[in-house]
Amino acid sequence: MTKPEGELTWKDINIGAIVTEPGNASQYKTGDWRSERPIFDSEKCIKCGICYIFCPEGCIGQNDEGYFEANLFYCKGCGICARECWPGAINMVPEEG
Amino acid sequence: MAKRVGIEVSLAIGEAVKLANADVVAAYPITPQTHIVEHLAELVANGELDAKYIPVESEHSAMSTCLGSSAVGARTFTATAGQGLELMHEVLYVASSMRLPMVMAVANRALSSPLSVWGDQSDVMAVRDTGWIQLFVENGQETVDNVLCAFRIGEDPRVLLPVMVHLDGFYLSHMIEPVLFPEQSQVDEFLPPFKYPLPLHPDRPVTMGAFAMPVIYSEAKKAQEVNLEAAKKVVLECWGEFGKLFGRHYSPVEHYRSDDAKVLLLTLGSFSETAMTAVDKMRGEGGEVGLVRLRLWRPFPFAEIRQAVRNAEVLIVLDKSISFGGPGGPVCSEVRSALYGEDKRPKVIGFVGGLGGRDITPAGFEEIVNKGIEISQKGSDKEFEIYGVRE
Amino acid sequence: MEKYAVYVPKLVTRRENFAPGHRACIGCGEALAVRLACKALGQSVIIANATGCMEIVSSPLPYTSWRVPWIHTLFENTAAVASGIEAGLKILMKKGRIAQKEIKVVAMAGDGGTSDIGLQALSGALERGHDFLYLCFDNEAYMNTGIQRSSSTPYGASTTTSPAGKVSIGQVTWKKDMPAIAAAHDIPYVATACSSYPFDLMAKVAKGAAIQGPAYVQILSPCPTGWRFATDLTIRIGRLAVETGMFPLYEVENGAYKLTFDSPKLRPVADYMKLQGRFRHLPPDIVEEIQTKVIEKYERLRAKAVR
Repeated sequence: MTKPEGELTWKDINIGAIVTEPGNASQYKTGDWRSERPIFDSEKCIKCGICYIFCPEGCIGQNDEGYFEANLFYCKGCGICARECWPGAINMVPEEG
Repeated sequence: MAKRVGIEVSLAIGEAVKLANADVVAAYPITPQTHIVEHLAELVANGELDAKYIPVESEHSAMSTCLGSSAVGARTFTATAGQGLELMHEVLYVASSMRLPMVMAVANRALSSPLSVWGDQSDVMAVRDTGWIQLFVENGQETVDNVLCAFRIGEDPRVLLPVMVHLDGFYLSHMIEPVLFPEQSQVDEFLPPFKYPLPLHPDRPVTMGAFAMPVIYSEAKKAQEVNLEAAKKVVLECWGEFGKLFGRHYSPVEHYRSDDAKVLLLTLGSFSETAMTAVDKMRGEGGEVGLVRLRLWRPFPFAEIRQAVRNAEVLIVLDKSISFGGPGGPVCSEVRSALYGEDKRPKVIGFVGGLGGRDITPAGFEEIVNKGIEISQKGSDKEFEIYGVRE
Repeated sequence: MEKYAVYVPKLVTRRENFAPGHRACIGCGEALAVRLACKALGQSVIIANATGCMEIVSSPLPYTSWRVPWIHTLFENTAAVASGIEAGLKILMKKGRIAQKEIKVVAMAGDGGTSDIGLQALSGALERGHDFLYLCFDNEAYMNTGIQRSSSTPYGASTTTSPAGKVSIGQVTWKKDMPAIAAAHDIPYVATACSSYPFDLMAKVAKGAAIQGPAYVQILSPCPTGWRFATDLTIRIGRLAVETGMFPLYEVENGAYKLTFDSPKLRPVADYMKLQGRFRHLPPDIVEEIQTKVIEKYERLRAKAVR
């Protein structure tokens, strides 16, 4: 777990400010950004995977039954998956609160 | 058995890079450094140096290419001068702050405009804030020796910084000098292979060059400054080791008849040797004059400078570059600043001379010393003197 | 082994080397393009990235979205840095200092870092024939710094430095033909792609990476923020760009042109432009001018193409 930048001292910084933990940005919750969220309807989902391909965040994956759904920790609510879903299995609803 | 040969210093640099077994040479030609890159091209073309020679399309790209090759752990060399050094200016900061070791020979040259290909130190002084280690050399032997030292210093795991070796354009780059080249086996013993601790490689992915928000930028800069200052210790160690192996000793500040001098001259680079001739003559006539030469420019040798000039009454600093609208010579400003807090220090008088390849003869140095003494006694309404301009 | 021609999303590698948690805008077409390119590139790469949207969103110290080796230095020198990495790897392997391994060097830059400030470095690297893949992520302006024009901005688009105003229609020059410039260097492979055609994009990136020598792929990356359209239309906009002929998809292999997508009749450019705020100010006569020019350029491209 990388300390946030505000807590790092000058001694904490690697040589040349190199970051040695690949992909540690995945600690950052971009899910806080959205104002809409996608609802996945497994009744209509044909498991084609197009939503997964088109997600700019790369946060859509398959659950245990093989139906696609978004990881809400990252989902920014762009709505591309809902727009591109062929059977219309995805709908955007306003984010609560 | 090591041989002493007469060789043009530019070519000698190529030979030193060959002895160091550099991996990548990425350079763009510019007067007066061209012979360095031409000779390196020849060495690679003949298979004498097993390296990638990349004929880049500008100095900005030369330095950028060096960033890439250093980042994967290749021993990297380049050379430039004058306008070329300025063109790569922004990349210089990146090389040092990203801690990417490499060696660059700079054939110090005047800056446009007017265009001048001749030697002075304007290009060097313009890059003194870039965070590189900077060494000055005065003759062919020093050049070869310090190119080898530069690789060792820069690549040392405690340092990991790029190093510039400054030689005066034309005055030294094009001079045929007697040079004793070390044997390959001696160089191999002195210069271990380059092992960058975190190179770019798929086996261990790293991210280099992340951007810093205000909350963390200062910490990154402090880390950089601490590291550059700490590099001085490694420089001294390296020179110590070099002295033991090869019998030639280098120091951050070199003295010439300065211990009991009342008046000291301070110079950097090749014209120091001319100044020595003038000092000898003045000594012969009873003057208590001496010469102090800076070899290590960055990190600045505060302790050595303060010690070297402590007992003098007058210190005349001769800059070969000018900071327009400011205190005159950059070296003079820095020396003056270094001495400011000392309870015992000489009066510091600044001169600027030798711009754009204008020669200063021994007689010229005498004139400068005499004028400097006069100013120290009578004062001046000017911040500094420009020597040798026809009124 | 990825077979992108099979067009089955589920078979594409799940590994995200461009990890989520990056700070790209909502609905970013460029983030999608980079993500897809990374799937085609695999693990054995070293990426040199220019300053720009993707660099900024993926590397705020001390975080990184990259799971492959990655270096960013400056804005205009990506191709030069890539040249150094490529040469460095080659010589180190030759001298036995690192193990022999297939490692592809990939340069990534935006349209600004490619066709404007980065053009010199790119031209030099292509001429020297380094073995690397150059990916230009084209969102048609300097988006990261707030939508300033580039030479890749289309005619008539409104940006902050080519704004539509009382006496100006916005961008008054036509989009620079970067693929043609790259092809003029006689390199083995040049291609155009778009994030709306993911399998085509991945196939082209994989093909470019497999080339021994320089390869250049320009990827249209629709930008909801800069082009001003709703965030869910990113894929649709990209499709329209291709279907109207505004951004044709093609390849140039050893000088031979091949259209990826050809249509007997292109859709009207108005279909594409009316969805975007950056074109909304254009009067009908300018739209007509653009329409004529697009058809003209497309016909010229078609004429060059291998049947």
